[in-house]
Amino acid sequence: MEFTLLILLLPIVLFLILGLAGHKMKPLFAGLVGTLGMLTITVLAYFTAYKYFFVEGKVGGVFQELIPFSFEWLRFTDNLHIDLGILLDPISVMMLVVITTVSLMVHIYSLAYMQGEKGFQRYFAYLSLFSFSMLGLVVATNIFQMYIFWELVGVSSYLLIGFYYTKPSAVSASKKAFIVTRFADLGFLLGILVLSYYTGTFDFGQLTADHASLVVNSTAGASFMGLSIASLAMALIFMGGAGKSAMFPLHIWLPDAMEGPTPVSALIHAATMVVAGVYLVARLFPVYFFAAPDILNMIAYIGAFTAIFAALIAITQTDIKRVLAFSTISQIAYMMVALGVSGYGDHDGLGYMASMFHLFTHAFFKALLFLGAGSVIHAVHSNEMKDMGNLRKFMPITHITFLIACLSIAGIPPFSGFFSKDEILAAAFHHDKFLFASLWIVAGLTAFYMFRLYFNIFWGKTKEYAGAHKPHESPWQMSFPLLFLAFLSIVTGFIPFSSFVSTDNIGFDAHIDWSIAASGIGVALLGIAGAVVLYMKGGDKPAELAKSFGGFYTATLNKFYLDEVWMFITKSIIFKWICMPIAWFDKNVIDAAFDALASITQKIAYAIRGFQSGQIQFYAWVFVVGTLAIATYALLNE
Amino acid sequence: MIPMEHYLVVSTLMFFIGVYGFITRRNILAILISLELMLNAVEINFAVFNRYLFPGSMEGMFFTLFGIAITAAETAISIAIIINVYRNIQCINVRSMNKLKN
Amino acid sequence: MNNILSSFILVPLLMMLVLFFCKNMQQVRSTMVSGASILLLLTAYLSYMFVQERAISSEEMLFVSNTMWYPSLNIQYSVGVDGISILMIILTSVIIFTGVFSSWNMDMAKEYFLWYCLLAIGVYGFFISLDLFTMFLFYELALIPMYLLIGVWGTGKKEYSAMKLTLMLMGGSAFLLIGILGIYYTSGHTSMNILELANMHIPIEQQYWIFPATFLGFGVLGALFPFHTWSPDGHASAPTAVSMLHAGVLMKLGGYGCFRVAINLMPEAAQELSWIFLILTGISVVYGALSAVVQTDLKYINAYSSVSHCGLVLFALLMLNKTAMTGAVLQMLSHGLMTALFFALIGLIYGRTHTRDIRQMGGLMKIMPFASVCYVIAGLASLGLPSLSGFVAEMTIFVGSFQHDDMFRRVLTVAATCSIVITAVYILRTVGKILYGPVLDESHLKLSDATWYEKVSAVSLIVCIVAIGIYPSVFFNLIGDSLAPIISRLSIL
Repeated sequence: MEFTLLILLLPIVLFLILGLAGHKMKPLFAGLVGTLGMLTITVLAYFTAYKYFFVEGKVGGVFQELIPFSFEWLRFTDNLHIDLGILLDPISVMMLVVITTVSLMVHIYSLAYMQGEKGFQRYFAYLSLFSFSMLGLVVATNIFQMYIFWELVGVSSYLLIGFYYTKPSAVSASKKAFIVTRFADLGFLLGILVLSYYTGTFDFGQLTADHASLVVNSTAGASFMGLSIASLAMALIFMGGAGKSAMFPLHIWLPDAMEGPTPVSALIHAATMVVAGVYLVARLFPVYFFAAPDILNMIAYIGAFTAIFAALIAITQTDIKRVLAFSTISQIAYMMVALGVSGYGDHDGLGYMASMFHLFTHAFFKALLFLGAGSVIHAVHSNEMKDMGNLRKFMPITHITFLIACLSIAGIPPFSGFFSKDEILAAAFHHDKFLFASLWIVAGLTAFYMFRLYFNIFWGKTKEYAGAHKPHESPWQMSFPLLFLAFLSIVTGFIPFSSFVSTDNIGFDAHIDWSIAASGIGVALLGIAGAVVLYMKGGDKPAELAKSFGGFYTATLNKFYLDEVWMFITKSIIFKWICMPIAWFDKNVIDAAFDALASITQKIAYAIRGFQSGQIQFYAWVFVVGTLAIATYALLNE
Repeated sequence: MIPMEHYLVVSTLMFFIGVYGFITRRNILAILISLELMLNAVEINFAVFNRYLFPGSMEGMFFTLFGIAITAAETAISIAIIINVYRNIQCINVRSMNKLKN
Repeated sequence: MNNILSSFILVPLLMMLVLFFCKNMQQVRSTMVSGASILLLLTAYLSYMFVQERAISSEEMLFVSNTMWYPSLNIQYSVGVDGISILMIILTSVIIFTGVFSSWNMDMAKEYFLWYCLLAIGVYGFFISLDLFTMFLFYELALIPMYLLIGVWGTGKKEYSAMKLTLMLMGGSAFLLIGILGIYYTSGHTSMNILELANMHIPIEQQYWIFPATFLGFGVLGALFPFHTWSPDGHASAPTAVSMLHAGVLMKLGGYGCFRVAINLMPEAAQELSWIFLILTGISVVYGALSAVVQTDLKYINAYSSVSHCGLVLFALLMLNKTAMTGAVLQMLSHGLMTALFFALIGLIYGRTHTRDIRQMGGLMKIMPFASVCYVIAGLASLGLPSLSGFVAEMTIFVGSFQHDDMFRRVLTVAATCSIVITAVYILRTVGKILYGPVLDESHLKLSDATWYEKVSAVSLIVCIVAIGIYPSVFFNLIGDSLAPIISRLSIL
């Protein structure tokens, strides 16, 4: 399967071509180069998936870890070395398919959406860079390769969020995204350092092999501040994942990241990059499960809290992209919970499988939601709900596809979201009833806010769109990805996912537990019904309801003031009380001390310079007196 | 024959008159003259010691001759400098010659 | 003197000679460009020869040649190189080359470049010397031109900065001289030759004062806390190419000296006393980064960032294991290149906008896209983006330092690692303020982008940065070979 190397090489070559020579090309040509390149990569990825799952990958009923390509990039010590390679196993191949599909759709979509934008070529160059980094991340053979591509992904995200670099809000959003994730990456890096210090390897294969016995044995007995070393390392690594995957309280960058172009939000901040954290935990799942079960439990609770927290905020937001952003946070948290409650081996690993399944289905319907939102924004030139309404008559394709995505995310059968969400609920139910209850509530909330969004955009008040500028359906470059993704949102649920992805790489049969499924569907329908009552016809009911919640409503509208808290910590505490004093100290203590040393020397010099009058006669006088004194002394002592 | 001490008394007197003049005078010409006095005192000593202590050799005499030549050259240069200084500041008082300071 | 190494001193001397006879700007420029190119070619040739020779020779130093200088004191002119000096020479040649392009339009160019060449002689001489006295001589030779270059051609409060820089570095070299004399007299064999001294044993009681003296002496130039304050003022006042050379190469003299003299000759004391200096350098790393966050002058930001990055060099050297020390050398290389790039671009921006205050600029990306893109690349290199040099160097340092079995050192490593976040903060803050956003000053709209000679300078630096970032293993091997003898000396203890 050596051809998989092309999957990595092509995008970086595309990036170099578009980045270095793009500004000389016609915009459309550059866009086509990027899109066709991506098409090739997608075909290669599909071919890889076919070969892996159906031809070469399965030996004796077990999916193998194939490493078709690997070379030693850097050798730190005798044991520690960074290899760059390609690791094919069920989840990485699955990710290849997800990334290339969404990326290709976004490429096609952008051809129309970004038309006429300044820096069209640059945009496609960044997209290629992002695809390269993301693909490199998922096929990483070792944790350090993952870290390398992790950083590259962060930078491409930074560049893409700040694509409209003349807009101050975009600039500060990109900065925030980078710094927050960078802070989380610090944890990741430290986790790698701790882990590699004890185990002496970066390699995923060695770390996870044999029930992570290497990690368990090498860190046995060692502890730091009451936490076992393995837990500490894995918690630090999870911190990196929490940053990228926007877990509370590191989620603050994601809503702001919506300042980027909408297709970018679909690709990076909904479908691919933000699930990197989930992927990281899944990749190291055996280590978490066997060496640090306490951390795995913590992940489940953090996930559950984030899911509820983000869902509540999503209900009150008025910017449609922000609603989707909080919905993304909530759904990723869902995947985290699923990993947290998962066991190991066969049917016990249901949570793990469900998490990956939800990642898979979510990528398509969330990308669809974002692209649909982009289509709406393209039509009405606004992100705000109040500027929309009754759009179903003007944009039929967008309307239908958006509805499919909403049904899917709400978990209504037979759409894909139902299947994956049901597996997660089932996994949670068997592990911890409290977690199940929170997820169950989130499922209802999700259905509610998604349909609030849907009704506000496509139904509600019959809004008059002023004269010449009527909203219209988007061109085919934008409709095609919508239709294709809608198609995927319908069919992907029927894939027998558990026979491909499982904790021990041996497929198993996951069947739908209809009692849990029924409760899930029930709560979703309840949410939808609520949205129908409140929003379908428009009117004042929502406002009255909001008033009755009073302070709680304001708090959720302001995202529970977390931005302000972070602002306070960074601006007022770190900037004002650490950096400023240090700069002051440098200038007024250290520097002043050296200046004082210099000026004291100078003062002494001034004080004694009177003796050096420059008058030879005075010198001669001193000389003569001195000579006489010495001569007299010598004579007297003779 | 005049004893050596007489010569030495004269040269010592000359030398210390020179020293006194060198230290106290403000006029640069006077200082120059004082300097000449000191040099000549030393040259007298050379000649005297040579004559009285090593009558057979002539090194002291030669040294005296060299000294006279150098003194002459030095005086010439000094006078040239002094004339130039005078042209510039219309004064040959050493206290006012401080333009090269700072 | 029929040695390839000595030609690194002869070529700049010849350049100085030719400069004397230059009559106009054109001739000065062509002299400098051809001279710097010759130096580059010479460096390439030397590196090639070195690799050839290394394959068949197991000597610690190659191309060694000794010429007796003061026989009565046993002082020799003695030169030789190992992989680390080769890398430093490559760095020097690249920065001298690009520096010429960055000082294309200098007033009094002839005099300026005369001092510039003298500086080059000092730096090259330092890196090839194997004799402590010669080394010290070249070290001083490099400091003197700095005073004039900053004092005459600088900007702002240049006299103050030049004086401060020179005095502090001279103060450092006083310590250094004491240390060198200490080594000379206590090693039991009055010799100045590093190769001979390395195999000799300096009594441990003597090491206890000689090591701090030499380390401090070189450390001042390596911006060791709290002796770093010359660096912000000095860099801010210096003309572009001098800032480049100073931060890019001269500060590396400090790190190289600490390594070659202090640690190499006194391994016992290095092990015993490293904790003091580890704390100081650890402070440098975090403190420099935190100070950079609140600066508003572009050059000050970069100078404090240099304090932080150079602190990391010394920090890693003191870890005294192979990986960390390899990282230290790489960090020297990487920091030299990217900081030179930074200063070249700051000079470019300052030359057009006439301000370095980040509050008065904005939206430069729109006005000068080429320069801005280069600035972003430099920034990304500085905050450690994989595929650029900074990442490789920093990661090697962190991994290497963390491999230490000593808990204290690992905790310090964790503290130093925090600097990568702070670096991201000040880099992105600067980039966001000056390059992105709306154009703040209308008069900036008619400014031009980089000219061809500025492009040459920036592109050649970026190429080097990317080369190290993408293919570091070749540098790794070069450094690893050269570290082996030192490591074995350390591990005997």
